[in-house]
Amino acid sequence: MSTETGTTHGKSTETMTVREAIREAMREEMQRDEDVFLMGEDVGLFGGVFDVSNGLLEDFGEERVKDTPISEAGFLGAGVGAAATGSRPIVEIMFSDFMGVAMEQTMNQMAKMRYMFGGKTEMPITVRTTEGGGMGAASQHSGTVHTWFAHFPGIIAVAPGTPAAAKGLLKSAIRSDDPVFFFENKMIYEQSGEVPTDPDFTLPIGEANVEREGDDVTVIATQRLVGESLQAAEELDSELSVEVIDLRSLYPLDTETIVDSLEKTGRVIIADESPISYGTHAEVMARLMENGFYSLDAPPERIGVPDTHIPFSPSLEQEVLPSAADVTAAIRRLT
Amino acid sequence: MVSIDIETEDGQKEALRRMMLIRSFDDTAGTLFADGEIPGFVHLYIGEEGVGVGACAALEPDDYITSTHRGHGHCIAKGLEPQSMMAELYGKRDGYCNGKGGSMHIADVDAGMLGANGIVGAGPPLATGAALSAAQKDEDRVALAFFGDGAVAQGQVHEAINLAATWDLPAIFLVENNQFGEGTPVEKQHNLENLSETAEAYDIPGFTIDGMDITAVYEAVQEARERARNGDGPTFIEADTYRFRGHFEGDQQPYREDDDIQEWQSRCPIDSFASRLVDAGVMTDDEVESLRAEVDEEIAAAAEYAQNADEPDPTEAYDDMYAVSVPELTMFAGRSVRADGGSPTNTDQ
Ligand SMILES: Cc1ncc(C[n+]2csc(CCOP(=O)(O)OP(=O)(O)O)c2C)c(N)n1
Ligand SMILES: [Mg+2]
Repeated sequence: MSTETGTTHGKSTETMTVREAIREAMREEMQRDEDVFLMGEDVGLFGGVFDVSNGLLEDFGEERVKDTPISEAGFLGAGVGAAATGSRPIVEIMFSDFMGVAMEQTMNQMAKMRYMFGGKTEMPITVRTTEGGGMGAASQHSGTVHTWFAHFPGIIAVAPGTPAAAKGLLKSAIRSDDPVFFFENKMIYEQSGEVPTDPDFTLPIGEANVEREGDDVTVIATQRLVGESLQAAEELDSELSVEVIDLRSLYPLDTETIVDSLEKTGRVIIADESPISYGTHAEVMARLMENGFYSLDAPPERIGVPDTHIPFSPSLEQEVLPSAADVTAAIRRLT
Repeated sequence: MVSIDIETEDGQKEALRRMMLIRSFDDTAGTLFADGEIPGFVHLYIGEEGVGVGACAALEPDDYITSTHRGHGHCIAKGLEPQSMMAELYGKRDGYCNGKGGSMHIADVDAGMLGANGIVGAGPPLATGAALSAAQKDEDRVALAFFGDGAVAQGQVHEAINLAATWDLPAIFLVENNQFGEGTPVEKQHNLENLSETAEAYDIPGFTIDGMDITAVYEAVQEARERARNGDGPTFIEADTYRFRGHFEGDQQPYREDDDIQEWQSRCPIDSFASRLVDAGVMTDDEVESLRAEVDEEIAAAAEYAQNADEPDPTEAYDDMYAVSVPELTMFAGRSVRADGGSPTNTDQ
């Protein structure tokens, strides 16, 4: 992969939210490289419906922060064409559910062009899109679809769980010569943490991160469930030593870090908000089986959405959305 | 026969009442949302009532409509019950979708209401499909798709129109041009002066009408319906209108001026129709006011009903996925941390 490897952390850090980290990553990369531009629905004047791109229009103008018509198939496809011809578009798809209308250009153009053309094109496009339930936004605005993209050959898929990961991975995504889908769980925009301020700070795509060390059980988590798993680990701290890993990168997947952890703890839970069957969980589990089967002391567990869509009513939504309580219950079952 | 005959005095009063019902429903929904009573987000139809009521009045009761994220008005115009709608906004079991859909997905397929829709531009293909099934079954039914100016930028909208036009299907494509798609003005989304010029590309009739005037909408849809039922294919209607509220409740609206809102408010479809009825001697001012009070009471009762209605049981989250029962859902339901009062269980271990 042609992604630059991450630099080591700069000396200074700043506390910022995931939202700010994403905004800063875009701002820094747009300053660094004038081929980078952002387009999507209401990303300019409105600042993005989740306020993520607020201020970028003022800094970079309408040529580089482009409000589009409501035409995902058209402007995502235009991003593919622009990327094939020397630009570095960041395309925002407001909700990942709307990828339904933009799949053709993703599956058959973006993902395949380099290979089909015998390696003669680059595809430096970044698609930022939101995922996840928890807002009472119902089935068409709450999906977690990243498995589809991680599954599709030719696409890189990342899904950060912390502000630092969000910033470092987005910068790497923008610099990558491959197409990267960057999945933002909309419930963690307000989550804050320490983020390096060095404009050269990036994180390598393809590396997971051990967020908390432990010996008894490993939770391999993504996105919102990283925080939920850390909370579960804290609550169990007096009884059990729980290791929590932010998977960060879905494809390529960091087999080494997760297998190392399995070898240490012998017990694994995979917590990811995609629907359980045929999900991201299954691939992580397969890697563990293939590479660490004899280290398993118990069958691994999957935590995810129980193969339903996300219902509107809060009492139903809560039922299907995994949380710290589900992680705790799984840890109890395994230990 | 039309759903509401607005050439008669009774029909005119009923049309006015429907518009007031929508206004009151959405005013109330906005307040309840601001109070944190209604979860998720709501998109209000306030200001656009003349379009929904005018169009649905001209349809026959068996006709189909497809709707949008801004769907409350279409529902009421099609005759859905405010109390079951309000219950749905609250996520209650008695709502139109048993709490699974919420504001953006209210549907009543038996009433010909094929659903509000969270995906911009997704309605027109469904309307083309409903028109296709009506044509195949030789039923005298048409399908009308409501969609926004923003949706006209979606590829699937154009594919749906082309299909209906090519197959002469009994469909009506009705654009509610409220001048904005979210925060982006219509002229930044389209190169056309009038969106109805779209019709030319498909060689079907296209009109731009005043969507603040319920009778203009009624007449245009009545004509389009006549054409559709005679086998002459679809019509494209653009109704110029305006949303008086933000895109969604809570929208700070940095993209428009108060003056513009006030100018359009002075053309309120309800007030202007009411004063026409008063001028024509159909109603007195007092009757208009007491109708308004009556409608407000009905909506207040609907809200109270919804507040007191039952929450769905969490286990209902696993219902309605498939026509058949699948073992996966049973297995996962049993594994829920909430399955037996909070203590973790795992049925398959
Ligand atoms: C495919 C898709 N893209 C984007 C959105 C987000 N979105 C919801 S409403 C809206 C604006 C729609 O504008 P318009 O069609 O004019 O309808 P209006 O809101 O003005 O009634 C947008 C962009 C969506 N729901 N679906
Ligand atoms: Mg609009």
